[in-house]
Amino acid sequence: MTLPASALEFTLADARDALRAKAISATELTAAFTKAIADARPLNAFITETPERAVEMAAQSDRRIATGDARALEGIPLAIKDLFCTKDVRTTAGSRILENFVPPYESTVTQNLWNAGAVLLGKTNMDEFAMGSSNENCWFEPVTSPWRPRNSNRTVVPGGSSGGSAAAVAANLCIGATGTDTGGSIRQPAALSGIVGMKPTYGRVSRWGIVAFASSLDQAGPMARTVRDAAILLRAMAGFDPKDSTSVERDVPDYEQGLEVGVAGVRIGVPREYRLEGMSAEIDTLWSNGVAWMRDQGAEIVDISLPHAKFALPAYYIVAPAEASSNLARYDGVRYGRRAENVSDITELYERSRAEGFGAEVRRRVLIGTYVLSAGYYDAYYVRAQKIRTLIARDFAQAFERCDAVLTPATPGPAFAIGEKTADPIAMYLNDVFTVTANLAGLPAISVPVGLSTEGLPLGLQVIAKAFDEAGVLRVGRAIERAAAFDAKPSAWWRLS
Amino acid sequence: MSEAAERTRLMRGESGDWEIVIGVEVHAQVLSHAKLFSGASTLFGAEPNTQVSFVDAAMPGTLPVINRFCVEQAIRTGLGLKAQINRVSVFDRKNYFYPDLPAGYQISQYKHPLVGEGEVLLDLPGGRMVRVGIERLHLEQDAGKSLHDQHPDHSWVDLNRSGVALMEIVSKPDMRSSEEAAAFVKKLRSIVRYLGTCDGNMEEGSLRADVNVSVRRPGGLLGTRCEIKNVNSMRFIAQAIEYEARRQIGVIEAGGTIHQETRLFDARAGETRSMRSKEEAHDYRYFPDPDLLPLVIEQSWIDAIAASLPELPDDKKARLIAEHGISAYDAGVLVTERELADYYEELARGVDSKSAVNWLNNEILGRLNRAGQSIGECPVSARTNNDILKLIAEGTISGKIAKDLLDVVWSEGGDPRTIVAERGLTQVTDTTAIEQAIERVIAANPEKTEEVKRKPRLAGWFVGQVMKESGGKANPQVVNALLKQRLGLPADG
Repeated sequence: MTLPASALEFTLADARDALRAKAISATELTAAFTKAIADARPLNAFITETPERAVEMAAQSDRRIATGDARALEGIPLAIKDLFCTKDVRTTAGSRILENFVPPYESTVTQNLWNAGAVLLGKTNMDEFAMGSSNENCWFEPVTSPWRPRNSNRTVVPGGSSGGSAAAVAANLCIGATGTDTGGSIRQPAALSGIVGMKPTYGRVSRWGIVAFASSLDQAGPMARTVRDAAILLRAMAGFDPKDSTSVERDVPDYEQGLEVGVAGVRIGVPREYRLEGMSAEIDTLWSNGVAWMRDQGAEIVDISLPHAKFALPAYYIVAPAEASSNLARYDGVRYGRRAENVSDITELYERSRAEGFGAEVRRRVLIGTYVLSAGYYDAYYVRAQKIRTLIARDFAQAFERCDAVLTPATPGPAFAIGEKTADPIAMYLNDVFTVTANLAGLPAISVPVGLSTEGLPLGLQVIAKAFDEAGVLRVGRAIERAAAFDAKPSAWWRLS
Repeated sequence: MSEAAERTRLMRGESGDWEIVIGVEVHAQVLSHAKLFSGASTLFGAEPNTQVSFVDAAMPGTLPVINRFCVEQAIRTGLGLKAQINRVSVFDRKNYFYPDLPAGYQISQYKHPLVGEGEVLLDLPGGRMVRVGIERLHLEQDAGKSLHDQHPDHSWVDLNRSGVALMEIVSKPDMRSSEEAAAFVKKLRSIVRYLGTCDGNMEEGSLRADVNVSVRRPGGLLGTRCEIKNVNSMRFIAQAIEYEARRQIGVIEAGGTIHQETRLFDARAGETRSMRSKEEAHDYRYFPDPDLLPLVIEQSWIDAIAASLPELPDDKKARLIAEHGISAYDAGVLVTERELADYYEELARGVDSKSAVNWLNNEILGRLNRAGQSIGECPVSARTNNDILKLIAEGTISGKIAKDLLDVVWSEGGDPRTIVAERGLTQVTDTTAIEQAIERVIAANPEKTEEVKRKPRLAGWFVGQVMKESGGKANPQVVNALLKQRLGLPADG
């Protein structure tokens, strides 16, 4: 067998079919990706590369393929966000405090993937503890997007927090990847990197073994080249887990089935509140195009209202830091992770271990979270934010009486330059303005690449549907994908060899 | 209540009488093989850090899953306290940093506890009954243990206890004396042990009490309270309250004011000491634990648990009084421990209740107390003792022989009837043998025989001599009757 030069660009579906047909071997495919990863180190997409393990896993896949025991993802090389605990493989959450942490256990999602035959290529870079929208809040240095503005050497961010995974998929360093999405951390980097990213319904995918950021919002999901690939990956990742009390006992359908059904007769809601003041014309145009594509394919366009959407971002920046401040209390230097040296007492051990171990954005959010939960402020902040959350969920419930899916832009703009927004946290937080509502309401949502900005950087549209209607999200996402026919690729400027 | 009884509950200060107001918080470890949110074992006394799961050590990404059996135990306890079971309750995080608290928060229940209001009845000496309200019961995790005395400049942490299920049971401020507070903890302990929901072992820390104390003029407005932490025996509870009430009265009478604070009882010095003031109190930043959904309980489950409750001390006491005709005091003592009441019931089967109570109190408990043993450790079964009582009732052996017989089975074991037969312990009711013994005693004591005719009280001495002569086997009633006949004394009772 010889691997075609195009193998690195294979979709998951292509690779799966080629492997099953024994046109390629998992070992060859994996070797090609481990080389591509090594060649792409300037992107800094990976924190830890695992070529030896990849070779072992690929060899095992080849044996199973040979004996006709191939599983759903047999021999598919994947990149895993470094927030998923992987047994005996360093898991850092992008933080200095877990710089040398090697978990003795495996997250449920990754275990599901290995049980389906997938191959681990390595652990991808990310914003520390998934807090960020640009992959600049990194102890392991920022990730550089494979994309550059047209005719420019200017580097831009891949988005965040799952920026390493997004960059790895976009730069053909893996077939697909996992991400986690607390306020948009899968969909925003997917949109900025020209790939598909999906956040499932809260409870669809187990959170066990994923380093927690904000427990009531965190949800893992697939990042892939196509909607079909996302569907295949999601099916393998999802399912009830008795180890996660918030996971839901519900059958996981075969999401590939019905993917091509189309949107004829589907009611697509367009929320008027998402037309933000000062929104760029190109985003507006993109959105209008999306609406037109849907109408052309027989969908019914419905004008809907999500009146509380404007409170989503402030509510998110109370709920998420509140939970984070508590979730991150365990990183205290006592049992594992970074411990400050030469301390005189326990208070100093805590203060210095945490000051040394956490970056500025994590410290900021821990402080915000501690503040909003404090006696005297709890009702004014946390309780009110939870009420807003209820109202946002109700907005969607009412909207879904009139439509089947909601279509919005994924981000307010394309990727920005590294360092452009780091001085202004609020400007950075605004990146999630279109994505956070789905987290607050627990709804499934997908970001699909649809075009390039005037500068030549990718842009995406988002589809949100009812809880547990991932199939609906994927079907509409596929219709957009088909209409947009987005086929732009970044030039492989980073390649050393 | 009589005025006299009321006065005994007051504390006299220099400026007059004071009333002590006491509320108690008990932390009772749930009797369960596994912890509240992890599958780890709860075995006491294991090597440090051997009973710890990834969840208990708060490893990254691990999640708590509620242990259904612990919930059942808490519901059972709630029902035993005649309390409201809340169909929906919520687990909250109580946030604070401490090395033996791995997650940096304790999972507890704050605003919405599993169990609401209930009550406990206290039996006090003199037949006085006090009703103490239960404010709430909730489930929470225990912390680990910090060891500060193992190394000159390091502290060690043992996480075996981390995550073990506790029930926090909070009383209303319904107690008015240290005696009542101790009786409350004792009764609570008795109830949880009957229910099998906590072993009540205060030495191992399975049952720990915090006491809230304030003082006021009788019937006046509530004073400021101080919380005394970790008072870990009935005796210390009483001591700590007495000391603390005296201290507060002293402060107020000297013109000072009581500040709300947490105090620690120093058992060695017999005093309470300030631990932290209200201002220094932690801000625990409680909020609902997003890893756990609200706990929703089906009514059918509550009903099934209710149907499986054992007979509790109050009901058992009432039944023993009604069915056995024993005194309220005796019944009250018997029901404090389920094992004791069970032992008694087995012992009293088919024999006179009063004899059974006396036998239990004087012979069995007497021997156990001397050996420092509990009823559960008694080497002679209730059934064997019941056989002994039956032998007395049948007239086969005397009470004196019975005690000797108990000594034999206590140390050697065996069946009482067989021992009586084998060792010839059968009581002599054969009047000929007794009459012969009487004759021998009279012949040996001519002066006493003359004397007893003038002083009938001396008959007792003759009974003793005849008993001795018969080797203790003679039936004392028969000896008494025959002696009086022989000596020509009036046949009284």
